[in-house]
Amino acid sequence: MNGARSAWTEERLQSMVSLVLRVGVNLAAAIVLLGGLVFLYRHGHEVPHYGVFRGEPSDLRTIGGIAHDAWAVSGRGLIQLGLLVLVATPVARVALSLVVFAVQRDRTYVVVTLVVLALLILSLTGHTP
Amino acid sequence: MTILAQSALVALSSLAAGFLGSLTGLGGGVVIVPMLTLAFGVDIRYAIGASLVSVIATSSGAAAAYVKEGYTNVRIGMLLEIATTAGALVGASLATVVPAGAIAVVFGLVLLHSGYVSRRPHPDQDTSAAAPDPLAARLRLDSSFPVPGGVREYHVRRLPAGFALMGVAGVLSGLLGIGSGAVKVLAMDQAMRLPFKVSTTTSNFMIGVTAAASAGVYLSRGYVDPGLAMPVMLGVLAGSFLGARVLVAASSRWLRVVFALVIVVLAAEMIGNGLAGRF
Repeated sequence: MNGARSAWTEERLQSMVSLVLRVGVNLAAAIVLLGGLVFLYRHGHEVPHYGVFRGEPSDLRTIGGIAHDAWAVSGRGLIQLGLLVLVATPVARVALSLVVFAVQRDRTYVVVTLVVLALLILSLTGHTP
Repeated sequence: MTILAQSALVALSSLAAGFLGSLTGLGGGVVIVPMLTLAFGVDIRYAIGASLVSVIATSSGAAAAYVKEGYTNVRIGMLLEIATTAGALVGASLATVVPAGAIAVVFGLVLLHSGYVSRRPHPDQDTSAAAPDPLAARLRLDSSFPVPGGVREYHVRRLPAGFALMGVAGVLSGLLGIGSGAVKVLAMDQAMRLPFKVSTTTSNFMIGVTAAASAGVYLSRGYVDPGLAMPVMLGVLAGSFLGARVLVAASSRWLRVVFALVIVVLAAEMIGNGLAGRF
């Protein structure tokens, strides 16, 4: 490992990770808040039934369906989009670590990070047992 | 009660949970599920989905501040994340087949354990003089962290035991929708003998990634209801933000006792209701 290069990437990584996390959480919260306002304005007077489990409709389960609903300014679709951004935030952090391990030519940890990233992508795309 | 009124109440309760969780260092996640199921009558699967989302939010929010301090060991975190994310996928898949009452009982037991762990002092051993563990050395896990007037080296012990415990932490996180901070502390402080600051920040880094793995499964299974997750996420996030700002060492001991008592009561309720089949 080249000491100067690893110090450089270490410092760059830390400020980038911090930025990604901050932007991710704030953006997610803003989208959820916006969707929440739309949802409460339209459905706030209805009676909730979270005591009965029915599962969400398919358009609120898949990335494509959520994007479609959010584009149509559905309150629930927008909230779900914000939650997707939130879930993607730690995934982006893992992806950033992959770049740094690659720059450092640290093969062991490139493989380790790829395994973690693969498990996360499997989960997000619904490919679990 | 209308959706508007319930959302306001859930947001306020989540704010209190996030505030107390941040002050006591236990995280708001552990009380969200009992609060939603016991006080608001929410189905436990929806409650777990909403809780997971709030865990990612608080962990990522806190990590943004931790990252620059130089305590987080990214290599240890990433290696153990193989165990936690794989465990989380198993746990989240289990949640779809295990009866709700059984989930409630397991939740109560884990709650009791985390309340117990939080009451114990954290021994901070100096492992700099110990002989390096061959496996940890080969994986270059040993590192150092800043202390007043320099840096302190540390060596990682018993990696396989830590790895196995992390798998358990992942399963519990996916099954119960919590950060499993207490089990992670067990693995990193007790088994691997990491210095307290390193284990706390590294565990926080891992909690977000582990919860993201579980949340993906819950989202694609339709267990995350946007109308319920919205007030929980915003409330917990606002509460933990406030908690981080007013952190006062003197009063936090008092609060830990109160919070531990709350946890014991909630755990008893969860176990009782779970055994009585009221979920």
